[in-house]
Amino acid sequence: MANIISDETIEYVGILAKLELSPEEKEAAKRDMGKMLDYIDKLNELDTSGAEPMSHVFPVSNVFREDVVTNGDDRENMLKNAPQQKGGAFKVPKTVE
Amino acid sequence: MGKQYETVIGLEVHVELATKTKIFCGCSTEFGGAPNTHTCPVCTGMPGSLPVLNKQVVEYALAVGLATNCKIHQYCKFDRKNYFYPDNPQNYQISQLYLPICHDGWVEIGTAAGKKKIGIHEIHMEEDAGKLVHDEWEDCSLVDYNRSGVPLIEIVSEPDMRSADEVIAYLEKLRLIIQYLGASDCKLQEGSMRADVNLSVRETGAKEFGTRTEMKNLNSFKAIARAIEGERNRQIELLEDGRKVIQETRRWDDNKESSHAMRSKEDAQDYRYFPDPDLVPVIISDEWIARIQAQQPELRTEKLGRYQTEYQLPQYDAEILTGSKHLADIFEETVALCNRPKEVSNWLMTDGMRLLKEHGQEPEDISFAPENLAKLVELVDNNVINRTVARSVFEAVFADNVDPSRYVEEKGLKVVNDTNQLRQVIEKILQENPQSVADYKAGKQKAMGFVVGQTMRAMKGKADPAVVNELAKELLENE
Repeated sequence: MANIISDETIEYVGILAKLELSPEEKEAAKRDMGKMLDYIDKLNELDTSGAEPMSHVFPVSNVFREDVVTNGDDRENMLKNAPQQKGGAFKVPKTVE
Repeated sequence: MGKQYETVIGLEVHVELATKTKIFCGCSTEFGGAPNTHTCPVCTGMPGSLPVLNKQVVEYALAVGLATNCKIHQYCKFDRKNYFYPDNPQNYQISQLYLPICHDGWVEIGTAAGKKKIGIHEIHMEEDAGKLVHDEWEDCSLVDYNRSGVPLIEIVSEPDMRSADEVIAYLEKLRLIIQYLGASDCKLQEGSMRADVNLSVRETGAKEFGTRTEMKNLNSFKAIARAIEGERNRQIELLEDGRKVIQETRRWDDNKESSHAMRSKEDAQDYRYFPDPDLVPVIISDEWIARIQAQQPELRTEKLGRYQTEYQLPQYDAEILTGSKHLADIFEETVALCNRPKEVSNWLMTDGMRLLKEHGQEPEDISFAPENLAKLVELVDNNVINRTVARSVFEAVFADNVDPSRYVEEKGLKVVNDTNQLRQVIEKILQENPQSVADYKAGKQKAMGFVVGQTMRAMKGKADPAVVNELAKELLENE
């Protein structure tokens, strides 16, 4: 494996992903990430100097909606997916900035 | 002699677009719905849901870009900005980083030192987040996704401003342009226009910029001005103490008139942007740009000129009236009905502005129908009511949008110019005030003013002042 992921990197990625990993999970994640980066390095061996950067896999553009209201009040269904709710709102742990 | 410092300011202005539906789904953008009644799987970030772009959002963004002298990225696309926060149900915000729709524009502002161009770095399209309300009772947070997915444009300026005055002038300029385009109502208090201030200081004459901070939670022009002053002083103090300014986001507390750092290290600002694979690119043809350009409505500068030529208004009137799109609309609609531009302008500018000030309101809050102001103008023109009464009728129109004809009828406010009736009233006043008669005879003109005043009072303001003047003079002479 050419890419070695440091403890700092895995710690940082964990913070960004809001994941708490056990020491064993961290080691496993380091190995997996290293392999992924190896694969990207492999792709980078290809000469793409003549190719246009592509942001989308389909040759499709300009898919639009007209500005017309098509959805009604579907709160009951939306809240079915909420682990907790209160007064028509999704209830989540206290979050203050 | 202490060091001299220069303040360098750039703004990020978010504007909520006036579309009927959200940017990526057919949910209503209407304000004030019960929590989560304007939501669907797309704007609540349910797995497997697919966003589809609202064409009107692109058209509004183009209109604003063209009106602010921007270039257009004719191939533009959307990117995901990744972060975790409960108001952002997908855990990413759909925005534009790599190819924003508009870039490299400018607007011109007036400053004490003359006209100045403020550069616009870019304008991009993105979605708004939901609303979090803290529940004290259960010590939890409640999320309402009605605002989630409401379309925004973010207008990023160059760091071209040097004072709070320039910042306010720039914001007012943007607000007028956008209101005239009908792309947003731009109300700071209600959050349909929000400004984040990026500010740094440097020693006057220095080439390099200092370290900047970003300030949020500024919801009035006054708060913006105070926050700029506060942050400038805080940074200068740090530098004078030999300390460093830390690049961070700070939240302004307008009550305490101070700011505090918002994010800790745990919430590192690493958004890992990447192209959104759910949304296909937007290709903007020359024809599309030409069509938007052709549809652009009359903007403020043009209106300002037209009011002076077409309506023969003084520049001062034209500036006040065109200073708010809503005010200009009311003016034009009223003039279309009664064809008395100067008269309509006077009502709006004197009594209208006075009442707005008394109620702490903005011109946007005017809610009476132009028909009713036009009727009032006609009642005065036709001498059905006198000016004193007209002012009280205007107040009723302003407050309750009353129909002036009916109001005058019901309250019995019609002008009295029945000379017999007025003659009797004046004679009675002369009898009760022999001193005034004596004074008048002795050459004191003021005595007549007193008699006229007493007569108007006895008539509850409804008499025709010209007729009263004439009669009072006649009767005093004949005493």
